[in-house]
Amino acid sequence: MFRFIFGRLAVLIPTFLGVSIIAFSFIRLLPGDPVMLMSGERVMSPERHTQIMHQLGLDRPMYVQYFDYLTGLLTGDFGSSIVTKRPVLDDFLQLFPATLELALCAIIVAMVLGIPAGVFAAVKRGTWFDQSIMGVALVGYSMPIFWWGLLLIIFFSGYLGWTPVSGRISAMYFFPPVTGFMLIDSLLSGQTGAFKSAATYLILPTVVLSTIPLAVIARQTRSAMLEVLGEDYVRTARAKGLSPFRVIGVHALRNAMIPVITTIGLQVGVLLAGAILTESIFSWPGIGKWMVDSVFKRDYAVVQGGLMLIAGVIMIVNLVVDLLYGWINPRIRH
Amino acid sequence: MSLLEVKNLTVEFQTASGPFRAVDGVSLKVDEGEVLAIVGESGSGKSVSMLAAMGLLPWTAKVTADVLTFNGRDMRTMSDAERRKIIGKDIAMIFQEPIASLNPCFTVGYQIEEVLRIHTDLSRRARRERAIELFQSVGIPNPEERLGHFPHQMSGGQCQRVMIATALACNPKLLIADEPTTALDVTIQKQILDLLMKLQAEHGMGLIIITHDMGVVAETADRVIVQYKGRQIEEADVLSLFSAPKSVYTKALLAALPENATGERLPTITEKLTDAEIFAGAMR
Repeated sequence: MFRFIFGRLAVLIPTFLGVSIIAFSFIRLLPGDPVMLMSGERVMSPERHTQIMHQLGLDRPMYVQYFDYLTGLLTGDFGSSIVTKRPVLDDFLQLFPATLELALCAIIVAMVLGIPAGVFAAVKRGTWFDQSIMGVALVGYSMPIFWWGLLLIIFFSGYLGWTPVSGRISAMYFFPPVTGFMLIDSLLSGQTGAFKSAATYLILPTVVLSTIPLAVIARQTRSAMLEVLGEDYVRTARAKGLSPFRVIGVHALRNAMIPVITTIGLQVGVLLAGAILTESIFSWPGIGKWMVDSVFKRDYAVVQGGLMLIAGVIMIVNLVVDLLYGWINPRIRH
Repeated sequence: MSLLEVKNLTVEFQTASGPFRAVDGVSLKVDEGEVLAIVGESGSGKSVSMLAAMGLLPWTAKVTADVLTFNGRDMRTMSDAERRKIIGKDIAMIFQEPIASLNPCFTVGYQIEEVLRIHTDLSRRARRERAIELFQSVGIPNPEERLGHFPHQMSGGQCQRVMIATALACNPKLLIADEPTTALDVTIQKQILDLLMKLQAEHGMGLIIITHDMGVVAETADRVIVQYKGRQIEEADVLSLFSAPKSVYTKALLAALPENATGERLPTITEKLTDAEIFAGAMR
């Protein structure tokens, strides 16, 4: 087991290097530079531009800047924002809980609805129930997130007025962050109505962000279940006189979960990528919105640092999924 | 009263090209302590008829029978919940592929104790003891340790022993063994058959062995039913079947056994007989 974990950790090193090169170079491929964008509408003299570029060290050769950046990373220094001068890591840690809260809610919704939907569709294969679930899943999977988010806002926020349009909690409530998770902090604050407010602000972003993972999980669960339901051990379970619930929910599902867990792990990357769009639509103050804003400002340090940190999170999640995979599938463990 | 009585059992599957009749008018009786062999080629409906009797076929199958009773109780009118109280407890079944028949995600101990949990009131500790006892009775060494193993850590023969132990957990009155030795090595086949016969004699249960192996029939059965393409061709006690087969099909089947071969090539059934001739010679 330790060898397995160690092996997985060793793979992280080249992956990390690769991500650092991509993160460093891609943002620099975009036209424009941070200094020009900082000056905004005002015209900046070429001399002044060169001077600031020099101050920021952006006029040095690319490889010098990269190795400078890389040595910083090795000491845990992700650099500071060119615009706000704040350390990237501080901003990330402050904003990440908002993204994590949204992503967790989305993946929970996707699993809680997607797995049973897939199981029922497989059990009722070929019926109108199966076909409608899979039809809805296909639509969900094909839905452009930004458009879907806008539709929901127009209908639920604009037309029905049920949910707020953007933000994390009503401006009526204020409390210092403890965990960074608004749902938990609102409960801890003890202010009446704060939790409900935080929850209503969370609904639409969660729906939007969970749509694609929900569709993927439902479809994957269905196909995995269909395969497993034809297996001999399912017949054995039925021949033991077990209830359909035990046959399907314990014997079949446990086996069907093996590919589904992998899919869920892969969806974490999709969630964080989706968070960028979702957070922009709902002005959700998380890392997605932070990254998009930084790209527009060509804030090199934030974009590359943020990408590294997001990549780190995805790598950790994948590691956890691999370990979970070994736990659920004894053939890997032994 | 017979333990299991089936009259005129018919099973149809709905397929894309219309209904397909897999079992056509099969009738049989098994008493306690009796060994019945159902023999036939692949696709003769041997397994399907037994799965139908146990109610284990998928919903695409349409099962009808004039009589389908177990221990005097009508299985046709029983609710699913009532049927589940009988199968696994009073009627148990073991299958052809022992490794595939065990769930790869659970230890064999969990899988055997599960039957006891569903069908008995035994405590956790008593279930454990019973599982150890069952493993010992089917000849699995180090039962305490083996209970914690997963199916992929055991050989095919060991897995079939686990399946047999699981089937016997609640002392069933009837055991249906669906090709129990087909997937095993020849030496292991013999061990498993001997074990089955020993346990059958000890428990005095009814045993239905589904097989295509005439050697297995000769070694185990009291009575034999020969099936072909879903229909019953012949029923006889084992001695008369081998000494004086009545139907042309059974004669051809026996002539096709490798041990009866005289020439270079084994005789095959279909090159000698048409379906019409086979069914005409069948007792109906």
